[in-house]
Amino acid sequence: MSELNSKIPEGPLADKWNNYKEHAKLVNPANKRKLEVIVVGTGLAGAAAAASLAELGYQVKAFCFQDSPRRAHSIAAQGGINAAKNYKNDGDSVFRLFYDTIKGGDFRAREANVYRLATESRNIIDQCVAQGVPFAREYGGLLDNRSFGGSQVSRTFYARGQTGQQLLLGAYGALERQIGLGNVKMYSRHEMVEVVTIEGKARGIIARNLITGELERYFGHAVILATGGYGNVFFLSTNAMGSNVTAAWKAHKKGAYFANPCYTQIHPTCIPVTGDYQSKLTLMSESLRNDGRVWVPKTKEDAKVIREGKKTAVDIKEEDRDYYLERKYPSFGNLCPRDIASRAAKEACDDGRGIVPSGLGVFLDFADAIKRLGVEVVKARYGELFPMYQNITNEDPLKTPMKIYPAVHYTMGGLWVDYELMTSVQGLYCLGEANFSDHGANRLGASALMQGLADGYFVIPYTIGNYLSSEIFVKPIPTDHPAFLEAENEAKARAEKLIGTKGKKTVDDFHKELGKIMWEYCGMARTAEGLTHARKLIQDLRKEFWSNVNIPGSLDEFNPEFDKAGRVADFIELGELMVIDALNRNESCGGHFRTEYQDAGEAKRDDANFAYVSAWEHTTVDADPVLHKENLVYENIQLQVRSYK
Amino acid sequence: MKFNLKVWRQKNAKAQGKLVDYTIDNINADMSFLEMVDVLNDNLTRKGEDPIAFDHDCREGICGMCSMYISGRAHGPHHAATTCQLYMRSFKDGDTIYVEPFRAGAFPIIKDLVTDRSAFDRIIAKGGFVSVNTGQAQDANNLPVDKADAEKAMDAAACIGCGACVAACPNSAAMLFVSAKISQLALLPQGGPERNNRAINMVNQMDEEGFGNCTNIGACEAECPKEIKLTNIARMNREYLVASLINE
Repeated sequence: MSELNSKIPEGPLADKWNNYKEHAKLVNPANKRKLEVIVVGTGLAGAAAAASLAELGYQVKAFCFQDSPRRAHSIAAQGGINAAKNYKNDGDSVFRLFYDTIKGGDFRAREANVYRLATESRNIIDQCVAQGVPFAREYGGLLDNRSFGGSQVSRTFYARGQTGQQLLLGAYGALERQIGLGNVKMYSRHEMVEVVTIEGKARGIIARNLITGELERYFGHAVILATGGYGNVFFLSTNAMGSNVTAAWKAHKKGAYFANPCYTQIHPTCIPVTGDYQSKLTLMSESLRNDGRVWVPKTKEDAKVIREGKKTAVDIKEEDRDYYLERKYPSFGNLCPRDIASRAAKEACDDGRGIVPSGLGVFLDFADAIKRLGVEVVKARYGELFPMYQNITNEDPLKTPMKIYPAVHYTMGGLWVDYELMTSVQGLYCLGEANFSDHGANRLGASALMQGLADGYFVIPYTIGNYLSSEIFVKPIPTDHPAFLEAENEAKARAEKLIGTKGKKTVDDFHKELGKIMWEYCGMARTAEGLTHARKLIQDLRKEFWSNVNIPGSLDEFNPEFDKAGRVADFIELGELMVIDALNRNESCGGHFRTEYQDAGEAKRDDANFAYVSAWEHTTVDADPVLHKENLVYENIQLQVRSYK
Repeated sequence: MKFNLKVWRQKNAKAQGKLVDYTIDNINADMSFLEMVDVLNDNLTRKGEDPIAFDHDCREGICGMCSMYISGRAHGPHHAATTCQLYMRSFKDGDTIYVEPFRAGAFPIIKDLVTDRSAFDRIIAKGGFVSVNTGQAQDANNLPVDKADAEKAMDAAACIGCGACVAACPNSAAMLFVSAKISQLALLPQGGPERNNRAINMVNQMDEEGFGNCTNIGACEAECPKEIKLTNIARMNREYLVASLINE
């Protein structure tokens, strides 16, 4: 096992980022014009990066699999974005946001990265407001804030229940501006299927044109992946249908280490699963926990009659309700972090007190808030969310409590990156949810938007220059270079094998089966025994997939089933790595809960043995990956048991 | 529930398309429309037939990718909802349902129900932004915005760019889409200096893409999943008129 060099700058924590920026190498404007950068993915991180790099003068090529860069899944983020502006004068500061994020992540994130994130959070709000993002305002015309899980200050900026949409449209506008100016060439309906490396450096990609099916080659002096998270490995998640791990996984197989894959976030407030046909799960923003109170009946008997439809929530008297988050975590109450709220819901349901027919659901009740604030205020505060719930469930949350249950939502793991956001492959960068860097073992609400935009707007424009300054003599490499041919042939061979299999099972059959394995053995609670079993199941599934999958149509046409098959093939391999990682981590922390390691239901971390990032190196599909450890050093904070009591 | 479907099938942009009949049974009323199509596609795939290509992604009504014209209405019969937010409980058992792509000259068909809506991106590229480079911003609270204006701007900014307005309009006009962006930015102080050029450039690009003109029919507003208001078109016309006079 080798030590990884995270390239954290010298100096006191608060000065590191400034020190870095002041000493990073620069590329002069004439040279920037000669340098080409590929950006894969156009969500918050990708669009922000592509636009900002083009503004600086680099030649950018941007890729997305959707029909327009505006569709990236960042758009679905509802609740808000954190920033340490302290506009509320409630004691917020960069250090507090840093500390809350580190603590929220159960002390498994890198100090220097998180501090930089907290610092840049303030610039993000300035930038987005300048772009015309219509954030919520107070009557005086100043920006409004609300509180979010895992913090005791109000630092969350929001645009109704559509914050992600508005931030993404801001970044998309900036990107389109650069496209219009000719500084970015946009390739939509293109999916990256290979990274091209030449002499150890990332030099381009192979992308599949999803309309024609053709494989196309693109050169870049550097390649940036901003391709989002891998929650769809569970089949059912709150991710968009197309969200996938393929780009990150191909990079992993070309030498980029994959870090902490087992850290997955199960979001506590989603609409419960109702049937086998279901294609995705819908999130109800965490902001609802500001005013909603989570509860189940105190007794199993009451829960049973609710499940059977003989009673409803209003029939249960106040003293017979268990507001379990308020009871267990009095100082944070309903606003405790996501992993904790999710596990508490699971515990209540495992105890037989779930309130939906499947037994897997709890109430989120707005009756008190409506009494306190009135219906109109509650409706205004949550914009689209109530009608959205009502449309899906046919129940009005203003009259009867919402029914919710945890669902897979976000993945903290991702490609390992150093302080400059470079992966273990030279010239290959990874931003946003696709990297592992800032959230440790659990992400706090309203922090994903912050990280995506910090990476794209304010980090990569500085750090990439430090690398590209030494590439100014490299002429664009023609795409008939053998490395491009080899990568294309690899992608072609894989595609032909997939389409030629003509087996008996559909792509979704395999995806659903994988999802079941992952949810059962690598979901909210994990055991060594279960994980060992799961690994065997996934290996068998992989073999069966490659010999028995049935993909209709051909390779030279618009073929969404084929696109899906390629993604599922990668999810199966990733699933195995997640299980390996979960098995290796003999502790419970954040989104990773090993049943063997707990104190009466609370996660039991093992700092002596596991205060490290697990960065996995790919060997071959059939052999074990190699573990590299990055030890997490805490110089500014004290490791402690994470308590929200 | 059981349904008779008449679905537009078209192999590619150049091929001739036609409506093809399918029947589907055992559909649960709580299924979404797209989940019903998933089931149909699963049946087709197992029979060795080509599944129906359709655009979809977030399946929660915000990405704007899904785009079906269902029994004569963009996104189907449910008010203020995208196709992915349409549930089978909106139909009666035994209904015949027509499923077509969003039709407009500026939205060429790629395959079956999938169209090319990149014209929208090209319009945005002409001015649907505030020209502020990363790092050039002042402190966010240095620029107070009247709450009522901010709310109106947000109403307009809620547009998801799905193109239902174009599909619903007999003239295939994109005015609701274009005016939503122009309105959002016209209502805010940010980007004021480029306000006139924005209106002119975006409207010119809209015409160049081949979208039609507005004749105040209002189908766009009626079918918009985000309830974008016609008043935005009035505001855009005002912006365009003022800009034309000033630029002369």
